[in-house]
Amino acid sequence: MCGIVGLFLKNEALQPELGTLTTLMVHEMVDRGPDSAGFAIYEAPAAATKISCLSLTGDTDWAALSADIAQTIDDAVEVVEIEDHAILHTQGDGARARNRIIEIAPDVTVLSVGHAIELFKGIGDPDAMTSRFGLAERAGRHAIAHTRMATESAVVIAGSHPFSTGADTCLVHNGSLSNHNRLRETLRRNGETFQTENDSEVAAGYLAWRMRQGDPLEGAIEHALRDLDGFYTLAIGTRDGFAVVRDPIACKPAVIAETEDWVAMSSEFRAIAQLPGVTHADIWEPKPATVYAWSHAA
Amino acid sequence: MTQLDLTTLSVRDVNAALHQVSQDTFHLLNPGGAHALACGLNAEISVTVEGHAGYYCAGMNKHASVTVTGNAGTGCAENIMSGEVHVRGDVSQSLAASGHGGLVVVEGSASARAGISMKGVDIVVGGDVGHMSAFMAQAGHLVVLGDAGTDLGDSIYEAEIYVRGAVAGLGADCIEKPMETDHLATIDQLLKRANLDANPKDFTRFGSARRLYHFSIDHMDEY
Repeated sequence: MCGIVGLFLKNEALQPELGTLTTLMVHEMVDRGPDSAGFAIYEAPAAATKISCLSLTGDTDWAALSADIAQTIDDAVEVVEIEDHAILHTQGDGARARNRIIEIAPDVTVLSVGHAIELFKGIGDPDAMTSRFGLAERAGRHAIAHTRMATESAVVIAGSHPFSTGADTCLVHNGSLSNHNRLRETLRRNGETFQTENDSEVAAGYLAWRMRQGDPLEGAIEHALRDLDGFYTLAIGTRDGFAVVRDPIACKPAVIAETEDWVAMSSEFRAIAQLPGVTHADIWEPKPATVYAWSHAA
Repeated sequence: MTQLDLTTLSVRDVNAALHQVSQDTFHLLNPGGAHALACGLNAEISVTVEGHAGYYCAGMNKHASVTVTGNAGTGCAENIMSGEVHVRGDVSQSLAASGHGGLVVVEGSASARAGISMKGVDIVVGGDVGHMSAFMAQAGHLVVLGDAGTDLGDSIYEAEIYVRGAVAGLGADCIEKPMETDHLATIDQLLKRANLDANPKDFTRFGSARRLYHFSIDHMDEY
């Protein structure tokens, strides 16, 4: 099953409310995915790179790790610890920092790298998870989130969404991919690094790779429709935007609602029913194999 | 007339209240996309869902008349036996799945697999239907005023499909068939019951070529 939500704010005045509204949406999706949750929150792009990290052991020495990273990238690294996560801020090379962490710290998973994104995930009750990481207090421009019901693999943090492998790119996925093993190998040969055996991480890596080849978000998704085999509804966050796509069979649910102030997507309408002005929203079900995208930059 | 407010009552409370009477008119307020609203009704009551419904709204309906003023989610009116379900907005996939009887009207569009495995229900859709609609449809009528998606009527048995707009593609063993006078009368009658306005002559009829589900002695070697 799994529940996914995404909220993209068109009206800047709502930005302080982003976390509160996203928390409400996640709460409605707990039934669809009670065993794990995660969210990515996008603020306006900052000058510094933010690296969201998760300690798998819970006792990572963030000071020592950031000192090593600072030396590797030859730039200052500032650490903000939140529960078992840490956000590393640096003006230096974020991609190099990510690779260094993966190389030297097997107890750490790098969740995201970018100028806008921060990403958090955890196992257990989704409401407890969003509360633990203070989602309701967070401001921002757009957010996506996921509640997981594990059906084919264990309830481990590696299986929690969102997945991000490229700068400021992440996705949440409802469904399953059948060609992820071969695709992962192809992407590895093309220089992508993966941290889990999860199929959804491959979809994230695929989009990041396409965009590094120069595809805009919509173009990358069009390619994904040809190359990803399986069932999926994806909500995708990028630095400036937000997109939704369903596979050509479209058996995984999705609904989109749009007002002058926001665009929201979710697995079910009840997650959208709480949003301000929803009674005047345009509401529709996204068509199969059709890309829907919004951007702050446009 | 009884009002039931979903902000204070659970879905279970609401459905229990609907099951207790043999006739009345109900308004369900603040549905908020809740699932399984007005399911399993078995009396000639009238229920209006004031807003958007979630999954399986009016499932297994018998005798009752259910109206949704907004949209409805997956499996609306699934396994309907009799009575009427009317949705003013759009519905998600698997509309009236396995429906045995009664009338289902959607003023907006229905997405994928509308009328899947329908077994006698009559369905009238004011807008479009998605891909694989009337998949394995056995009996009943599907009338579509808009367009139909790909693989319409795949593996169809003896249900009848009438589409006014464009059909993106027909499924296995589904073919266009000649429109006779009694078919025009059937469409006219269903449009009137659905309170939707269209000219029956603008529709195209589709049904089974009967090559898939009939045993053919020529295919003996295949078995």
